[in-house]
Amino acid sequence: MRIIGCRECDAVVVEPFVPDGGAAYCDRCGGLLFRRHSRTIEVCFALVVAAAILFAVANLYPFLAFQMQGQTTRTTLVSGTRALLDQGENAVAALVFLTTIASPACEIGLLLYVLAPVHFGVRLPGLALAFRFVEQFRPWSMMEVFLIGILVAGVKLADLAEIVPGIALYAFGLLIPILAAASNFLDAELVWRRIAGEP
Amino acid sequence: MRYSPLVGGPHAQCPVCRLVMKAPEERPDAPLGCPRCGASVHRRKPESLARTTAYLVAALICYVPANLYPIMRSTSLGRAQEDTIVSGVAYLYHSGMWPLGTIVLIASVVVPIAKIVSLGGLVASVRRRSRWRPRDRAATYRIVELVGRWSMVDVYVVTILVALVHLGTLANVEVMFGAVFFAAVVVLTILAAESFDPRLIWDVLEEEEGRDVRT
Ligand SMILES: [Zn+2]
Repeated sequence: MRIIGCRECDAVVVEPFVPDGGAAYCDRCGGLLFRRHSRTIEVCFALVVAAAILFAVANLYPFLAFQMQGQTTRTTLVSGTRALLDQGENAVAALVFLTTIASPACEIGLLLYVLAPVHFGVRLPGLALAFRFVEQFRPWSMMEVFLIGILVAGVKLADLAEIVPGIALYAFGLLIPILAAASNFLDAELVWRRIAGEP
Repeated sequence: MRYSPLVGGPHAQCPVCRLVMKAPEERPDAPLGCPRCGASVHRRKPESLARTTAYLVAALICYVPANLYPIMRSTSLGRAQEDTIVSGVAYLYHSGMWPLGTIVLIASVVVPIAKIVSLGGLVASVRRRSRWRPRDRAATYRIVELVGRWSMVDVYVVTILVALVHLGTLANVEVMFGAVFFAAVVVLTILAAESFDPRLIWDVLEEEEGRDVRT
């Protein structure tokens, strides 16, 4: 018998039995208690590896090219931040860098660092600390919002010039559902138990 | 009812790994260290209401210039145009892109103010020790947490335009200070939502349940 708590209302309950793939919700406030996926570590590890590759592609290649009267400019993820810095908007540049590059990179990288040793049964130092940071970076990782931003910007420029989508845009389009699936499949309680060496 | 908040005296829950632990009987609000993940554990987020209120007031102050002042200036073949958040939405509607226009309208105009109002309402309800529809208030907080990030969309649009359109006199886009206020609104409302502790909604009910048991 295990005691778990509801994150949203602090009710304490005896962990209910949940079949694989199911979820438990709080009786009192209706908040999600946990989702149970017995293969969470294998599935998430595979998804995060795919996400890491796509994230690298999304960073290395341009996501939009802009052609006007023979001149072409291309943007990569980092060139947005650089353009804001050039115009002296350091705070906005920092925010864009944090939410589209730093946080997703840390989230993906740290998840790999945590899931790989747990998956392969190796002990590495700092797993608890790394998994803690994953939780802390998540609210600041906003790539799905950035994708909508790309679409809106593309529509706004369509009248003015020719817009050519780049490889990074397709990588983005794949990356976002994969990351969403990874965080859906992640049964954090199971990962914490494995990290802490609990049965 | 399956939940039993008073079993075994005061408890605290790790905000990171969610391990439930006993809190010291005489000083339940003293900070603890989580034995499983090492995070520092407070029974309730410290100074939750005061910090949420401060972030909300700051966000409300920034909301006005964020909407009044232009967020960018675009020059195309010598013709300059300044755009506010609202004129950007109007442009999308005029060019027939009403689905995108609606997304941006909701994300940039409706969400920030709705977030400020609902968090303000939640703070007020907890201060007044309200017992009114706690489940609905909990759901409100859940939605606020979920949708807040979408307000960033306009900041990204400006960023991408600035990065793409720098062809000197032919076409150029510059950020203007409305965008700085707008980014501040987004960050401040996210911080406000993170500072609010939804467990406070239930505390007053828990106290009454406790009293019922004793009498
Ligand atoms: Zn609950």
